[in-house]
Amino acid sequence: MKVLVPIKRVIDANVKVRVKADKTGVELTNVKMAMNPFCEIAVEEAMRLKEAGTASEVIAVSAGTAQAQETLRTALAMGADRGILIQSDVALEPLAIAKLLKEVAGREGAELIILGKQAIDGDNNQTGQMLAALLGWSQGTFISKLAVGDGSAQVTREVDGGLENVELKMPAVVTVDLRLNEPRYASLPNIMKAKKKPIDTLTPEDLGVDVTPRLEVVQVVEPPARKAGVKVASVAELVDKLRNEAKVI
Amino acid sequence: MSVLVVSEHDNAELKPATLHTVTAAQQMAGGAEIHVLVAGHGCQAVAEAAAQVSGVAKVLLADAAYYEHRQAEDVAPLIVELARNYSHVLAAATTSGKNIMPRAAALLDVQQVSDISGVEAADTFVRPIYAGNAMMTVKSSDPIKLITVRITSFDPAPAEGGSAPVETISATAESDLSKYLGAQLTESERPELTGAKIVISGGRGMQSGENFAMLERIADKLGAAVGASRAAVDAGFVPNDYQVGQTGKVVAPELYIAVGISGAIQHLAGMKDSKVIVAINKDEDAPIFQVADYGLVADLFQAVPELEQELG
Repeated sequence: MKVLVPIKRVIDANVKVRVKADKTGVELTNVKMAMNPFCEIAVEEAMRLKEAGTASEVIAVSAGTAQAQETLRTALAMGADRGILIQSDVALEPLAIAKLLKEVAGREGAELIILGKQAIDGDNNQTGQMLAALLGWSQGTFISKLAVGDGSAQVTREVDGGLENVELKMPAVVTVDLRLNEPRYASLPNIMKAKKKPIDTLTPEDLGVDVTPRLEVVQVVEPPARKAGVKVASVAELVDKLRNEAKVI
Repeated sequence: MSVLVVSEHDNAELKPATLHTVTAAQQMAGGAEIHVLVAGHGCQAVAEAAAQVSGVAKVLLADAAYYEHRQAEDVAPLIVELARNYSHVLAAATTSGKNIMPRAAALLDVQQVSDISGVEAADTFVRPIYAGNAMMTVKSSDPIKLITVRITSFDPAPAEGGSAPVETISATAESDLSKYLGAQLTESERPELTGAKIVISGGRGMQSGENFAMLERIADKLGAAVGASRAAVDAGFVPNDYQVGQTGKVVAPELYIAVGISGAIQHLAGMKDSKVIVAINKDEDAPIFQVADYGLVADLFQAVPELEQELG
């Protein structure tokens, strides 16, 4: 079974993002970039399927600028067999990415697609669901457990009320939540090996997909700042403030 | 054209998230009618509750056994079928709305706008990005807008006062793609985290799940819900549905009490719109103090029992 793992290059989760002065977006110049943390969990899960003999090949795919190659190399260093870069300088929206991934899934004959549930830049939480829709496949979103069987997969989903168990008909798209696994660090020998693994480059045109954005970004601004608070010296003072100043208890 | 709200429910009760979504719908409807879709199984009572909601002009009831758990593979095609009659289709940005709506959007060839926190115009919306560290305004060029709504950003519409007709509509075909097997839901007498007026959350500093009992006792005195940081959930102290943050639940109560929480960006994303924030942490440099209205630098194992006593 071929497993496809779409991944995204984003600003490193530990970097404090800054809004650009011209309000067109956030500052990306000279900012540390990394693989979206949810995508790391997706790659890890694919590697575990490969190690268990369930997956025959793990293909990492990323859509974005040429620099997304670095993120693909990270996935290859974690153990993915090869990479596919769909290169585009257009800011790709989730629907466009889902359309690109659908074409790649078809070409590759993938039977399972594992994605992060959301990227920590746009916080959209859409691509996996859209991809499942376009393929007409089942979808298991926000999963914290995955067991792939013969013709079906059982997933545990993290939902607002707790956990939900669902059986998915294969082929399937799953999107991963934080508790699914602990992603591995790439070892130095594997980072070296990853440099020799193949990365194919395609374009949206090669895949016949129109990626023209549907949303116009009107502006990006800082959120309203909170007023500075005060330190209280004791629990008694805290309770007094909450009762008599803030009047919330 | 009218606006359609996809309701949130458990076949027995209409969830408050729907009321907040109706308010968002009113802001983009420009006076047009608001309809509510109730897709489920044996959910007549939900439809009747939706009909009472102030501002709702019509309730569409689709009942089928395979809608019982509102799986995206079955509900999305129903939304697609209905969407062509509407200018906007909205759902709350809950795990259910997040699961279903993008599937419907892709089938309609629409780029969804996720988790909006404001409405500028019928086609222009504000939404947080980068864990709320930036606010983006986007204008949609799609003929139908598919939207999920950050419920804490919109007041609830009154649950009473309406008397909309309930129209039964036919179900779309069963997809047979996924099978619901069961759930482990957290049972609690306390208010729901996203709707509670007061929330008390614990972080890694709580050190164990047992220690959360201290927070629960305070929650019971205040009528509060109990939440947690990602670190506390990852450590297994409490179940996943306690998590407040960028990828967990977003809360905006009157009072948020953060206990033993350092204040990572992704946690702040889920609670910084709370009206009053209290932080109790022994590390005076913890980032949580930067957003707290009242900060208490103290060992939580002393401060929390003291707080319980003070509250009487």
